[in-house]
Amino acid sequence: MTNELLHARIEQQRPDILLHSEHAYDGMLTVEVSRDRILDFLQFLRDDDDLQFHFLTTLFGIHFPENPGRELGVIYQLHNWRSNLRIRVKVFIPIEDPHVPTATSLWPAANWMERETFDFFGVLFDGHPHLTRILNVEDMDVFPLRKEYRLEDGTRTDKDDRFFGRDGHEGREFD
Amino acid sequence: MEVQSYFSTTDSLDGELATLNLGPTHPATHGIFQNVLKMNGERIVSAEPTIGYIHRAFEKLAEHRPFNQITPITDRLNYCSSPINNMGWHMTVEKLAKIEVPKRAQYMRVIIMELARISDHLVCDSVIGVDTGALTGFTYMFQERERIYEMYEEVCGTRLTTNIGRIGGMERDFSPAFHQKLKTFLRDFPAKFEEFNKLLERNRIFMDRTIGAGPISAERAMAYGFTGPNLRACGVDYDVRVMQPYSSYEDFDFIIPVGGQGDTYDRFMVRQEEIRQSLRIIHQAYDNLPQGPYHADVPDYYLPAKDDVYTKMEALIYHFKIVMGEVPIPKGEVYHAVEAGNGELGFYLVSDGGRQPYRLHFRRPCFIYYQAYPEMIKGSMLSDAILTMSSMNVIAGELDA
Repeated sequence: MTNELLHARIEQQRPDILLHSEHAYDGMLTVEVSRDRILDFLQFLRDDDDLQFHFLTTLFGIHFPENPGRELGVIYQLHNWRSNLRIRVKVFIPIEDPHVPTATSLWPAANWMERETFDFFGVLFDGHPHLTRILNVEDMDVFPLRKEYRLEDGTRTDKDDRFFGRDGHEGREFD
Repeated sequence: MEVQSYFSTTDSLDGELATLNLGPTHPATHGIFQNVLKMNGERIVSAEPTIGYIHRAFEKLAEHRPFNQITPITDRLNYCSSPINNMGWHMTVEKLAKIEVPKRAQYMRVIIMELARISDHLVCDSVIGVDTGALTGFTYMFQERERIYEMYEEVCGTRLTTNIGRIGGMERDFSPAFHQKLKTFLRDFPAKFEEFNKLLERNRIFMDRTIGAGPISAERAMAYGFTGPNLRACGVDYDVRVMQPYSSYEDFDFIIPVGGQGDTYDRFMVRQEEIRQSLRIIHQAYDNLPQGPYHADVPDYYLPAKDDVYTKMEALIYHFKIVMGEVPIPKGEVYHAVEAGNGELGFYLVSDGGRQPYRLHFRRPCFIYYQAYPEMIKGSMLSDAILTMSSMNVIAGELDA
């Protein structure tokens, strides 16, 4: 099984499900699907006889504030141990409506991973059995890994981040 | 009379369940995490784990630091085997920056990482002994761990939170004292380790106590995202060192020990055998240690020698650029995994070309497999639950990030 065969198999079995697909920088096949079809797609990847992505390696969130309508992302990485192949699946959702169906019915491992993603990014996993904060305190009212939250108190004047190589999340272009 | 009433408490006789807080600061949990247990007498009816007591926001911190300053953060994940975390992170950045590390540096890394695995497993296995009532082996094995820490000191100057190595290779070559200590360790350790084995591996009390305690099936373990020794104890031979070899692990001959029942005894035995296999790997790497440089020739990422910084203009410029995070880094997303003490430790790194990661996610094996704990201890005795927890080697630093 290779990335090409994997891509062909997906196209054959679930035509039109892939909104976007590419070979990522590290060579992993990276695909994007809509949140309406994510659960069906994950189940297909897990149960298809040829694909057998039976192991959920990671599930986590990411925030792109500059992408209107698709600010929040949930990224799944699955692993097929038989043919030693990985796939990365992404779902992007608007920040005002951060709902994604839960994957806990497919993998119990998704339980805490989704709680962690909720805790940090505020993604609401519909159908999750116990969606509460897991690492932060219960009464916290922000989702701290979103990009608008600075690491340190923004009103401090004794530490000007610009002089310490820490200008927040904006990456610098190099030429 | 008060004592008497304490002993004749009828919580479970009435059909009522007692609530028991195991942790957060209970000596038997080996770390700061809490389990709220519903007890029927001494039997556990249900458990609700609460974690996050030492959460330090590593993923947020990492978004505000240059790549080389993230290494000390990784120390504090699984602090029983910090070098593996450090080197896993270095290899992730090297994958992003497409740095080819010289063979000598790769073998040096393997030696350090396998020493770290030995010290990690020694702590876990000897603590299982402690929780079954055998303190002696623990005191002997901590002397051996001490010798490993002395070797770390020779390589990097620190012991627990090592910050060992650099992006691009090792920070310095092995010193003569390191060679001496490693040779002594390889000579003396096996005999002492087998002495420890004799105390526990076929010990009747130990076996009665651990066989059948906290079992999990291979199917459930995979569904719960188990990796590492805990998964292999269930009979699944998944090991990142073999599946996706990094740092020249493909050059070495070693086996992946597996168990069958997935219980505490199997987890113990898998770790014991992995220590022997790690020794084999160290022997092979050390006997065939290639000549050559101990770091890649990448002035953009690897700090120049201190003498040059003081005397040469170019070295000073590169030193300044690296320290201030002014080095170019490609854009892209990278996932890299290493076999840490507890399983697949993964780094998912998104770079937007900036001086800090845009996003860094740690796949922490503890965090993922600890959620199976309530299922594994349901219906068992409280004393077995404590044993199960220590045999899973849940490290609070890795759990909470």
